Amino acid sequence: MKPLLKVTPVPIQVTLGDLVEKKPSHSSSNIAKQGHNVNKKRPVNLDLRTIRFPLPAITSILHRISGFLLFLLIPVLLWALSASLSSADSFAALKECFSYPIAKFCVWVILSALAYHLVAGIRHLLMDCGWGESLTGGRMGAKLILIVSAILIIAVGVWLW
Amino acid sequence: MVESVSNLSRSGLRDWLLQRITAVILAAYVIFLAFYFMCHPHVEYNMWQDLFMSNSVRIFSLLALMSLMVHAWIGVWTIATDYINCTILRGLFEIIVALALIVCFIWGITILWSV
Repeated sequence: MKPLLKVTPVPIQVTLGDLVEKKPSHSSSNIAKQGHNVNKKRPVNLDLRTIRFPLPAITSILHRISGFLLFLLIPVLLWALSASLSSADSFAALKECFSYPIAKFCVWVILSALAYHLVAGIRHLLMDCGWGESLTGGRMGAKLILIVSAILIIAVGVWLW
Repeated sequence: MVESVSNLSRSGLRDWLLQRITAVILAAYVIFLAFYFMCHPHVEYNMWQDLFMSNSVRIFSLLALMSLMVHAWIGVWTIATDYINCTILRGLFEIIVALALIVCFIWGITILWSV
């Protein structure tokens, strides 16, 4: 039987160590002495203040952060949906609530997280299809999703105010 | 090989696929709502209620609600397995998240069904 989906088994777990550029602190002669267990003793820098994050690492962590934020906001979204649908009075009250600057700002933050997560997610799907998987493609894709989501976030702000 | 017992489909590949299918459904729903708000800049209660009373939108909304729960579970599960290394803490966190998502799912159904 032919398999429905042909997927090449590639390790999808990327550790922080793969994403950061390491600055070796040992001298080369020291490493040479260690011989066969060079890989085990390789210096690993996990100090967040000195790690240089390449753009794709930043866009990847932003995708996670925005996704987790949206997960936390599910009850808020359901509350708004409930208020908007239960009666004409609660709909009007919700509309009035959204007219306050602080509420508008919160809506803008939620929609911004959604816009970013959506754009980064679409890029994920495109990469699953094999688009932009190379190193240069990955860097360009990261830049592209930042630009596209920035435009969307500004557009949402203009639409709200 | 250690088999995970708390991920959604008991298979990483199936989780991966589910995450993508639900993502497409959610993206379609978000774009649909965005278009609705662009076409109707001043939404009134009656229009809004009519929208959610139609069967197609009700089915689409329920599908999106279901997808949201599955998508959120797989996403949060992945984050939890990456960052919470203590098994007991992770287990507790996962139970709380799963219960919260199930409660939200039931709440969402009652909202969409009472329109």
